[in-house]
Amino acid sequence: MRREEDRIEAAAALSAAARLPAGAVGPLRGRLWRRFLRHRLAVASAALLLVLAVAVLAAPLVEAWLGADAEAVDLLNRFQPPSPAHPLGTDELGRDLLVRLLYGGRVSLAIGLVVAVAAGVIGTLVGLVAGYLGGRFDALLMRLTDGVIALPLLPLLIVLAAVDFGKLGLPDAVVRSEAASFYRMAILISLVGWTTVARLVRGATLSMREREFVRAAVALGAGPVRIMAVHILPNVVSPLIVATTLSIGNIILLESVLSFLGLGIQPPLPSWGNMLTNAQELIWNAPALAIWPGLMIFLTVIAFNFLGDGLQDALDPRAING
Amino acid sequence: MTRFILQRLLETAAVLLIMSFVIYGLIGLMPGDPIDLMIASDPSLTPEDAARLKAVYGLDRPLHERYLAWLGAALQGDFGYSRLYARPVPEILWPRLGNTVLLMGASFLLALALALPAGIVAALRPHSAVDGLVNLAAFAGISIPTFWLAILLIILFAVILGVLPASGTASAGLEPGSLAALADRARHLVLPVLTLTLVSAGTLLRYVRAAMIEALRQDYIRTARAKGVGTGRLVLRHALRNAMIPVVTIMALDFGTLFSGALVTETIFAYLGMGKTIFDAVMGNDYNLALIGLLFATGVVLLANLLADLAYAWLDPRIVYR
Repeated sequence: MRREEDRIEAAAALSAAARLPAGAVGPLRGRLWRRFLRHRLAVASAALLLVLAVAVLAAPLVEAWLGADAEAVDLLNRFQPPSPAHPLGTDELGRDLLVRLLYGGRVSLAIGLVVAVAAGVIGTLVGLVAGYLGGRFDALLMRLTDGVIALPLLPLLIVLAAVDFGKLGLPDAVVRSEAASFYRMAILISLVGWTTVARLVRGATLSMREREFVRAAVALGAGPVRIMAVHILPNVVSPLIVATTLSIGNIILLESVLSFLGLGIQPPLPSWGNMLTNAQELIWNAPALAIWPGLMIFLTVIAFNFLGDGLQDALDPRAING
Repeated sequence: MTRFILQRLLETAAVLLIMSFVIYGLIGLMPGDPIDLMIASDPSLTPEDAARLKAVYGLDRPLHERYLAWLGAALQGDFGYSRLYARPVPEILWPRLGNTVLLMGASFLLALALALPAGIVAALRPHSAVDGLVNLAAFAGISIPTFWLAILLIILFAVILGVLPASGTASAGLEPGSLAALADRARHLVLPVLTLTLVSAGTLLRYVRAAMIEALRQDYIRTARAKGVGTGRLVLRHALRNAMIPVVTIMALDFGTLFSGALVTETIFAYLGMGKTIFDAVMGNDYNLALIGLLFATGVVLLANLLADLAYAWLDPRIVYR
């Protein structure tokens, strides 16, 4: 009898394994890796982003090695073509383009990562509370989320970016400091960027709330905070990672367009967006100045989007993605 | 259904009212105020004059009193004067609204004409070479910064080829209504429309592809195929109609994104539409114009959301609203 049962069980396990897609066998982490590695564009994107991260971190080294100062104006050497001293040439104020691109990348990437994490945290909190507590909290928070989603983002961000924080009583030294435009961008984009994550986490929380292990935890006397943090959060991590990765591209795009319009990162601090502010007037003389920063934005954003797509395939193979 | 529409209309009006207060408050926080501007243009004004002027215009009263006064006037059709153009606000906005409708309408139709066939072809053969190519194009469309694409198109068509104007809405000196003036108008539209088309086609393409793949998986498609329905008829009559339900909804929900894209496009091409007007008004301290322009844009986007809900109900008879 015992053997009979064993054989049935083994057969069931075998047929279950046969139904799973190729590469599904083996320990979980290995499976995730294999599925991710199959998405060739995502792998290439991860490699590209790694190279980019190393390059922007090495910006001061490149600066020292080339002997070029990122912010020093040199009017005698404007619009220089590429040369050993200036691998990508110089801009309209005679500054080395490569060094400025690397420093600009620091700003753009930092905004992308910082805001993605901040917006992810806000969205997770809103989604957990709305989904788990339900009722009035849910109605109120979801109305708020829908409201923010429905607004025309860019025009409102333009007004927000134009707001004079001095009028709110912040000291002048803070408002006018060089880093102020960085923090202002980070805060503004975080304030509008949390909605996707909030909806996603709420949906996942709703489906988790009725599961047996959550009910068991409630029966054992766990409070709502503990249940949300210990039992629900770990189970919504994969969609959270995917959504956060996919949001980085959009954040970098928003930062770059606001900086391009002159409302984001303020010069002399370079960002890929504000390096293009003057490019439009210079296209007749120096089109190359308009190519490089935009190309960097484009490559970075598309890489984050492919990476998110690959993570989605790896973490959630059931998602309808073709 | 009538009750549902009424309820949603009321909600939309409430959100618009809240937004009018928020935007009113934000505009008040922009640098400078009308009296500062008067002092700047007439240095002989003394601080006492300034205080008297503030009292005359009610600028010394608290925010909520000023807002209610403004709201009362606005509800009676008095939207104030534009500072930049010295004319009533509606006179400035109406013609520009027409320009924006033309730009967005043309781009949207073209994007649809690109995305529909491409999305269907990709969905018919998921993971084929064609699908890979379509997917790559879609990701590129999502990831490219609108302003950079615009600059690239200007470099190509205006600087290198010299066949199209780099910016503007129309050339001066042509007889209005003449054939030459119309042709000139069309030439000025080409690059802005092309920019907006390419950036919106990417998102649309992904929606169409995903919805078609989902629709083609359904049992009724298999039944139709088994009955001998040809591929063309199968796709157009059976799958597409059902795939369009989510696509139409998402398109209407994405209206705000399209408007944001139009704002950037108009600003770069100096095309006199709503987006550029709002941007110029914010940058030029034109409080009345910025306020009404922003509120109008918000209202239109909220209305598009409402239409998305209604279209969903209308297209899918299974959905019943209380």
